[in-house]
Amino acid sequence: MSDAAAGAAGRPGGRAPAVRIAGVAKAFGPVAANRDASLEVARGEVHALVGENGAGKSTLMRILSGMYAPDAGTVAVAPGGDAPLRDVTGWTTAEAIAAGVGMVHQHFMLVPTLTVAENVVLGMERTRGPGGALLDLARAEREVGALAERTGLRVDPARRVADLSVGEAQRVEILKVLFRGARILVLDEPTAVLSPPEVRELWAVLRRLTAEGGTAVLITHKLDEVVEVSETITVMRAGATVARFPTAGTTPRDVARAMVGRDVALALDVAGGAGVGAVAPTPAPPGAATGRAPALAVRDLVVPGPRTARAVDGVTFDIAPGEILGIAGVEGNGQTELVEALAGLARPTGGQVHLAGRDVTALPVRARAEAGLSHVPEDRHRRGLVLDYSVADNLVLGLQHRYARGGAAALLGRRLDAAAVAANARRLIAEFDIRPADPALPARALSGGNQQKIVIAREMTGRDYHVLLAAQPTRGVDVGAIEFIHAQLRRARAAGKGVLLVSADLAEVLALADRVAVMYEGRFAAVLPRAEATLERLGPLMTGAASGELVAA
Amino acid sequence: MNRKVTEALLPPLVALLLAAVVGDVLILVFGQNPGDVYRLLLEGTWGNAYGFGQVLYKATTLAFTGLAFAAAARAGLFNVGAESQLAAGAFAAAVAGLGLPAGTPGLLAVPACALAASLGGGLVGLLPGWLRARFGASEVIVTIMLNFIVLALLNYAVAVHLHVPETLHTPEIRAGAVPRLGDLVPAFAGSAANLVVVLAGLAAAALAWVLFRTRAGYELRAVGLQPEAAEYGGVPVGRVWARAMALSGALAGMGGLNFVLGYKRYYEEGFGTGSGFLGIAVALVGRNHPAGVLLAALLFATLSQGGLAVNAIVPKQLVEVLQAVVILAVVTTAPEVRRLLRSAVRPAPRPATGAAAPAPAGAR
Repeated sequence: MSDAAAGAAGRPGGRAPAVRIAGVAKAFGPVAANRDASLEVARGEVHALVGENGAGKSTLMRILSGMYAPDAGTVAVAPGGDAPLRDVTGWTTAEAIAAGVGMVHQHFMLVPTLTVAENVVLGMERTRGPGGALLDLARAEREVGALAERTGLRVDPARRVADLSVGEAQRVEILKVLFRGARILVLDEPTAVLSPPEVRELWAVLRRLTAEGGTAVLITHKLDEVVEVSETITVMRAGATVARFPTAGTTPRDVARAMVGRDVALALDVAGGAGVGAVAPTPAPPGAATGRAPALAVRDLVVPGPRTARAVDGVTFDIAPGEILGIAGVEGNGQTELVEALAGLARPTGGQVHLAGRDVTALPVRARAEAGLSHVPEDRHRRGLVLDYSVADNLVLGLQHRYARGGAAALLGRRLDAAAVAANARRLIAEFDIRPADPALPARALSGGNQQKIVIAREMTGRDYHVLLAAQPTRGVDVGAIEFIHAQLRRARAAGKGVLLVSADLAEVLALADRVAVMYEGRFAAVLPRAEATLERLGPLMTGAASGELVAA
Repeated sequence: MNRKVTEALLPPLVALLLAAVVGDVLILVFGQNPGDVYRLLLEGTWGNAYGFGQVLYKATTLAFTGLAFAAAARAGLFNVGAESQLAAGAFAAAVAGLGLPAGTPGLLAVPACALAASLGGGLVGLLPGWLRARFGASEVIVTIMLNFIVLALLNYAVAVHLHVPETLHTPEIRAGAVPRLGDLVPAFAGSAANLVVVLAGLAAAALAWVLFRTRAGYELRAVGLQPEAAEYGGVPVGRVWARAMALSGALAGMGGLNFVLGYKRYYEEGFGTGSGFLGIAVALVGRNHPAGVLLAALLFATLSQGGLAVNAIVPKQLVEVLQAVVILAVVTTAPEVRRLLRSAVRPAPRPATGAAAPAPAGAR
């Protein structure tokens, strides 16, 4: 099937292949990450590898870059970019790097206290003096600076990585790989943390790279980028390659259908591609005009962050019952600190938070939750789930006191009502279609989308809430689950809840929010009604290039 | 469930096998027949009532210190202070016992002494727990240092105020005693085994119930696995740390009853030296599960007692080597042990909402 798919689609310009992977299978214990995965990348192209979370994209690319050996199948690479294909199945990372294959990982692997140049040369340091005993940092900086200039990955080699923005840090990661002579570059979800202008710069870098004969494979979820930058698209589903298209003439809908095997309602349909901002998809918030007490009222909130005393720098806003306020912005501009402070997980140093008219500024996490606050945290692996706890136990996290039985006189502590926990799990697994439907399985064993369903199910049903904080609710979640989660957020709005939606995905904010606030350096650069929130207006606001008027909050 | 049990038992069993191989080599080096040595070891421990009684006695103290370490470890804390917590518990039990009039019935005296022991050990455990919660002080460092301080203070108290002349121990308790097994079953006569061993079993059952069946246990384990998720779930992480350390210290302190109420009936300087540290090994080999701790305590007690039995033909240090091999093998294979060791060497984090002081620099 994959052969047919690969053969049917046109190879751009009949160029020679740089990578040919055929029939690869790879299992981790009982889990088959890849089965019959294939990929053919032509020399000099940007190739997009797309698929739902857990479709096996990253595994396949790790096999290509030598981190894993496949259980079956073959990997062939044209080393250096112009040699003929050579079978390299089961090679090591060192061999892959020597042959010019380099991977840029989703999570940065940089030493924050070292400079850009030091990070780039780490492991292949330039030395001088007798026996190469001394580091030649000047030479390292010169070489890294020259490479940065040549590739357009502009960043000062003498700066400390800790002082860089996320976009700059990513450039350093790419420089690291190129410095080692990579001609075939694999990028795993490179745009997750970038602002629109930074994404455009990255595309420019990739185009320059491929124009000089380099090849890039881009792993991504975001269908609009696929269409924008790639020449060929390979789609994976459930570990296997299911389709291959030339990008020209392919729509995001075609790709999405191949990814999930059925039609899906895409946020893109209203907000993506060319149609951004053209349609206001949502009715006016029902509560907005009626003058009811806001579900959430925040006044002059100041929250310290890891690098600054004012990561949130005096933010004021209201959310009406039945309204979704979306917060757009490049990550690291105070969104995380804002949500943590609202949830009671971080202490504000100034300002007030009112929940349905009640001052909760001083309340700890549990009391705040009991006052009517539900929270889908940004990082479900760190905060939202105890990964080694069962699905059933995770479905009561934050609600465990409601399942405690026995009086205060219980000698050794109050018993957790196992029957009630199990009943709750059965109900929510069915209602939210959590798969596999096994309450005893550790949360760790579930896919990203199903893990997020645990969090959403718990937060939306566990208590009678006024406000739902949804931070990056669809990050790392597959397309099918995104659709489901969006429906749940709309359901919360329809039920008269106030929803704060923080997302790095502009399309998502635009698809769901009634109003859009843009956060930049700890402040709201603007709060716009959805109809006025267009990409053209939001882009500059997100990067601080423009400051908007604050529409009455 | 069955698979889980197999998975839990596998590393200790492999460790034992490895230890046996290393033991064989060493025994051969000493020019002895491994079969003879192991037979002697088993005969001197499980082969007769006296030897078995000694195993039970040694296992009782180790079970308490092992449970103590496990309780803290389940909350993500590395309690290296069982040594002094055990001594403080024993001392408190002795003082309480001395305060009771002679002839107080055991049904009154034993609970009173047990309470004193858990309070004594619990307070010594609570301090490092509180320091961790309040100031982010590493409980590893604090408990190590507290060992020196507490033991020195106890020695001072005994030497200056409480000792029987010419000895390093307190006077004998005259209130009701815990019966020795020898009093009940004549075959055990002469061994130190006593009914505190039952208390150890009850303590293990109670700890298992608390950890796996109660809300407090749910929260404690969540803190140990993922403090940030626990915090998100409304758990006061710092308070759980303090409580877990107090519980841990109390369990270690109860171990003192074995010596003070069950055996000598007085507190003696240095009576339990090494039992606190060996408790760490017992807990790690027992995978921090109360049932596993009981089994591991029996194993380590068997090796200690067996060392005495085989001393005639091979040095008793041989069994210390075997214990070390078991510990090393388990430490390198069990995932939760590796995680705990990692957290012990890392600087102690602090819950963001636990204290008003500013967050440590570079927290992220």
